[in-house]
Amino acid sequence: MSIILEHVTVSYGRGAKRFDAARNVSLAVAEGEAYGLVGESGSGKSTVLRAVAGLIAHAEGRVALAGQTMGRRRTTAQRKTVQMVFQDPYGSLHPNQTVDQTLSMPIAIHKLGNADRRVSAALEEVGMGPTHRFRYPHQLSGGQRQRIAIARALILEPRILLLDEPTSALDVSVQAEILNLLSRLRRDLGLTILMVSHDLAVIAHLCERIAVMNRGEIVEETTADALAAGDVKNPYTQQLLRSNKGFDPSGGELDLLDSVPIR
Amino acid sequence: MTTWRGWLLNPAPTSRRQAQLGGWFRAWLAFRRNTLGMAGLFIVLLLITIAVAAPLIADPATALTQTLEDRLQPFSWAHPFGTDELGRDIMARMMFGARITLTIVILVSLIVVPIGLAIGLPAGYFGGWIDAVLMRVTDIFLAFPRLILALAFAAALGPGIENAVIAIALTAWPPYARLARAETMTRRSSEFIQAAELQGASHLRIIATQIVPLCLPSVIIRLTLDMAGIILTAAGLGFLGLGAQPPSPEWGAMVSTGRAVLLDHWWVATLPGIAIFITSLGFNLLGDGLRDVASGRG
Amino acid sequence: MMDMPLLRVRNLSVTYPSDDGDFRAVRNVSFTLGRERLGIVGESGSGKSTTGRAIMGLARHPARVQADELLLGDIDLRRQTERQLRRLRGKRMAMVLQDPKYSLDPVMSVGQQVAETHRTHLNSSKAEAKAAALDMLNAVHIRDPERVYAMYPHQVSGGMGQRIMIAMMLIAGPELLIADEPTSALDVTVQSQVLSIMDELVRSRGMGLILISHNLHLVSSFCDRVLVMYAGQIVEVCDAGRLADAQHPYTRGLLAALPELGHRRRDLPQLQRDPAWMDDIITPLETRMPPPGA
Repeated sequence: MSIILEHVTVSYGRGAKRFDAARNVSLAVAEGEAYGLVGESGSGKSTVLRAVAGLIAHAEGRVALAGQTMGRRRTTAQRKTVQMVFQDPYGSLHPNQTVDQTLSMPIAIHKLGNADRRVSAALEEVGMGPTHRFRYPHQLSGGQRQRIAIARALILEPRILLLDEPTSALDVSVQAEILNLLSRLRRDLGLTILMVSHDLAVIAHLCERIAVMNRGEIVEETTADALAAGDVKNPYTQQLLRSNKGFDPSGGELDLLDSVPIR
Repeated sequence: MTTWRGWLLNPAPTSRRQAQLGGWFRAWLAFRRNTLGMAGLFIVLLLITIAVAAPLIADPATALTQTLEDRLQPFSWAHPFGTDELGRDIMARMMFGARITLTIVILVSLIVVPIGLAIGLPAGYFGGWIDAVLMRVTDIFLAFPRLILALAFAAALGPGIENAVIAIALTAWPPYARLARAETMTRRSSEFIQAAELQGASHLRIIATQIVPLCLPSVIIRLTLDMAGIILTAAGLGFLGLGAQPPSPEWGAMVSTGRAVLLDHWWVATLPGIAIFITSLGFNLLGDGLRDVASGRG
Repeated sequence: MMDMPLLRVRNLSVTYPSDDGDFRAVRNVSFTLGRERLGIVGESGSGKSTTGRAIMGLARHPARVQADELLLGDIDLRRQTERQLRRLRGKRMAMVLQDPKYSLDPVMSVGQQVAETHRTHLNSSKAEAKAAALDMLNAVHIRDPERVYAMYPHQVSGGMGQRIMIAMMLIAGPELLIADEPTSALDVTVQSQVLSIMDELVRSRGMGLILISHNLHLVSSFCDRVLVMYAGQIVEVCDAGRLADAQHPYTRGLLAALPELGHRRRDLPQLQRDPAWMDDIITPLETRMPPPGA
């Protein structure tokens, strides 16, 4: 198993003010598999992703990657195993650094050498070229920035790629390009993928198995095919399915609106 | 000129240097459109030019030698700005005074910015007790009115320009620490910082390569706006006899000694005062222009 | 009986001057709006939001707005001064934006903001305005309007904030509502509910609604008619239910590029942008008048 999560809990605050962003999350992803986490804001899906990435030091429970249990602090070698592509293509690149600088940093940190060749190869892999190499993020389009983010994630040759809503901030036409790129890279490099999104269609396109999260917990584990057939048990999942089809004139549960807690 | 411009504005640079210079050039083009900012820049450049070229234009001797027969002369061809109470040429003194002002400005900047960053960055980045301790130290310094604290330091250290610089620097750094801390805290949870952590970057690397470049613009802008205050504090110290010592032609000291003859020989005190005013104004306008460009209002 | 259309737009263009020459954000957009729900769909840069803003008179300097016709009922919007436009906004035409966090004043209670709109346009007393505001909060299906009246924007959820915005925008009784990505910042399950409420109010008041969005499926399932915009121009006009029969290659390309649950494809067909789409359309598409009695 490439990714194993056992009873992962992430909470903030103590006592009466304790808030569980993620509670008792357990799942397993096989090597080479693409697993999706779907849910709305506040569902805990991004928190789980960040716990897998090792960005949350106070996460409880067990996170094991490629057979190795991860401790509170990750070693440099462990950092090479898993990388992430973030949601906001502008926010995930340093505004004052050229593409070249952004891609060179991981190489320098891990002392991989051959920086020039690696950077060129990484750019080519994501469909960009030398003309983009010395540009700043604000000189690139959203889709191009996301490609750079993907290049940066892959330059360390990780086994596991985490995707945090990678296409939510992109136009439909650009989203298709990025999804195709991710599909191709997954096939070519044999990556294990854990992807988070609120969009069922996007998740079902890339992932085979899917977990639905609501308020910090996994409420149902299903497959893309089952979702497509509407073969789901949990009422929340059913509601998600209805909403994903567009405007649902039946309105859903109006009561839900007023009982949504303070954001 | 066209080829240079074309090279700098090339949308597909082929080297890091080209990209960086291109970025600076574009910022310059944006700044150029700000008239007041350009006026400020002109004044500051004028100050620097005069300070550097002083010994070439005026004879240092005229600035320092006392010629009592010539004292308190009004404007003339020999002495375009007149002479002071000891017969020294005021224009020459003002030009050499510019050197002193510039020295103070540069030295204070070189001290204040590193201290401010060194205290503010870790406070914002690490938070917790590090933040608490560093900020309390900052608060202590901030609790005293700046001029009075500078006076106290200057009095304790003794008169002289170097001590004046130290005194001013010691009172000027707290706002920069606060600024650096605020900027760091804002950026701390940015996704590119998370990406750097994810890659295994050490704290030092993140602070130095990712956060410092983001803090510098606001710190520099703040510095230019503070210049006026620094110059005035230096002039104030000089006025009170705690900064530059006679016969040094520091502008504040000149205003101070010129007070005695203000009514009949107004130029002795007023002209250095105007110099202080124009210089402060220049830095203010420059700072405003930089801030407008940085915040995109152009 | 054929109503006079609520909004007539003919050859609306919005141009922004820039260092590299003029940028034409909106080019010769023409359409007519009756008491119906019209959707304007496009990607970023298509000019859809700018169109909405231009109609409201919010595309200000340095933008240059030109139109052969821009009529709200019988009022020529091109000839209105800023003062006159301010009186129209809220009273005759209103706009709901994407994120209530940024549209609501953070230091006033939400109820007061709704009431203030009423006072401004209808010159009512404080008591009348408060009563009207409570009524309106009820109309947007907020339970316990008294309690919500006193809450501050940071205390309400996204869905509730948007409903409050709708209440605020409709309280003075405008006949035109422009909603610019009103549900994009909301969770998917809440989107339908907010749209239902907007729909209910628009129908009961006989208003016209323009829904601007990047979400093709949402617009086609909610609106009556859809305009597709690309690079500042309208490239397609169709009835919402018939989007699958779209003619223009851009629309077809966009529909094909959307991932679809149940229709698994190895690679999504990527939109091939034809540079010819950027060319000025010689005869701009003029939409048909809505059928009588609609």
